[in-house]
Amino acid sequence: MDWGALHTILGGVNKHSTSIGKIWLTVLFIFRIMILVVAAERVWGDEQQDFVCNTLQPGCRNVCYDHFFPISHIRLWALQLIFVSTPALLVAMHVAYRRHEKKRQFRKGDQKCEFKDIEEIRKQRFRIEGSLWWTYTSSIFFRLVFEAVFMYAFYFMYDGFRMPRLMKCNAWPCPNTVDCFVSRPTEKTVFTIFMIAVSSICILLNVAELCYLLAKFFLRRSKNAGNSKQQPNHENKEETKQNEMNELISDSCQNTVIGFTS
Amino acid sequence: MSWAFLRDLLSGVNKYSTGIGRIWVAVVFLFRLLVYVAAAENIWKHEHDEFECNIKQPGCENVCFDHFFPVSHIRFWALQLIMVSTPSLLVVFHVVYRENREKHHNQKLYKNPGKIDGGLLCTYLISLILKTGLEIFFLVLFYKLYNGFKIPQTVKCDIKPCPNTVDCYISKPTEKMIFLYFLVATSCLCIVLNLSELSYLMFKYSIKCYLKRHMKNQQ
Repeated sequence: MDWGALHTILGGVNKHSTSIGKIWLTVLFIFRIMILVVAAERVWGDEQQDFVCNTLQPGCRNVCYDHFFPISHIRLWALQLIFVSTPALLVAMHVAYRRHEKKRQFRKGDQKCEFKDIEEIRKQRFRIEGSLWWTYTSSIFFRLVFEAVFMYAFYFMYDGFRMPRLMKCNAWPCPNTVDCFVSRPTEKTVFTIFMIAVSSICILLNVAELCYLLAKFFLRRSKNAGNSKQQPNHENKEETKQNEMNELISDSCQNTVIGFTS
Repeated sequence: MSWAFLRDLLSGVNKYSTGIGRIWVAVVFLFRLLVYVAAAENIWKHEHDEFECNIKQPGCENVCFDHFFPVSHIRFWALQLIMVSTPSLLVVFHVVYRENREKHHNQKLYKNPGKIDGGLLCTYLISLILKTGLEIFFLVLFYKLYNGFKIPQTVKCDIKPCPNTVDCYISKPTEKMIFLYFLVATSCLCIVLNLSELSYLMFKYSIKCYLKRHMKNQQ
């Protein structure tokens, strides 16, 4: 069980996302999860062993480390990534529920059901409208909230995004104020700024996707209110073209991501 | 053999679960298994090396660590995760038994071997009760073993060969406590999900039974 399993779960959701959603997913996997696993974990790997305090007093180092790092950056980012990926499951569950209903209709022999066999139902891509629109939009909203909360928690806990070289500690059992030195502070600062920057890009992508969905919703409503009878086929053709483009983008993105992670 | 095996097992069980059962599987995967592997394991990795006592007496640190951590938290949670996922196997075995029976008799005995009704419902309910019981058992055991859900910064130890009472310092107590609370909270969430699934199934099938009897009486 590792990040690869999360990739499999979210890859399924990819099919039903908008183009911005697919870009978000690619950014998440390549610039956040992969960087975390391949690089950041090594940088923070020896953080407590190489955290050195200018004292021989046993226990002082442990206590000072615990005081300055209540939760390691790496673990906080891992939690952030898990929480941020979870709302996509809401969409996956909704799609699975719809598929289940269509399969039930098909088995009952309902004539309204337009599919020829179960395989087609399994492969079908649902459009983001109706109740799925609400699920999708709330999942983006929750993603935004989680990203913002974690970024704020990080800023609040570590007084900014810089890793200092030296920390002064006077917690018991340290006999008086001792100097403690963090290992690899510059490298850690670089990675912290990188992860924060990518996190901000993800927030922007989510906001853009939210605006796009809202705009689409209001446009559709005004079109339906305005001309409900005219040219339904023309609209469908344009949307089919967009869907095909999305499929091509998603397939190429999937291949890129799989190529990187395998 | 690794956690991937458990993941594949639970994915297989997913097919025969109710909606709440699927949410339970998702919670176990994402919030317990993934957090365990990706984050929690690394915090407890060097717990023995980083456990420090204010004394030079050889053997004192070892003895004190062993006294305060009879079973490491992380191994405890690994056991809990495995035990709690196992009752779901009962359902899978029952479905396989049904399918084999159909093959053996060469005729359709069940409307759908994977549908939760009759004997399979009993098996499913038993697996839910077992899951809930095991979760509660492990939580209570943890509470009793470690005197609550807390991890102190220092512990005082006076076991031989320590010459007198020495201060021993645990590494990363705050981070460990955060993850302890997180894992206990997800454990409680799983208990709530199991109980609601249990009540939902009992309610649904008792209504079905009542309606059937009502129809029979009318006829």
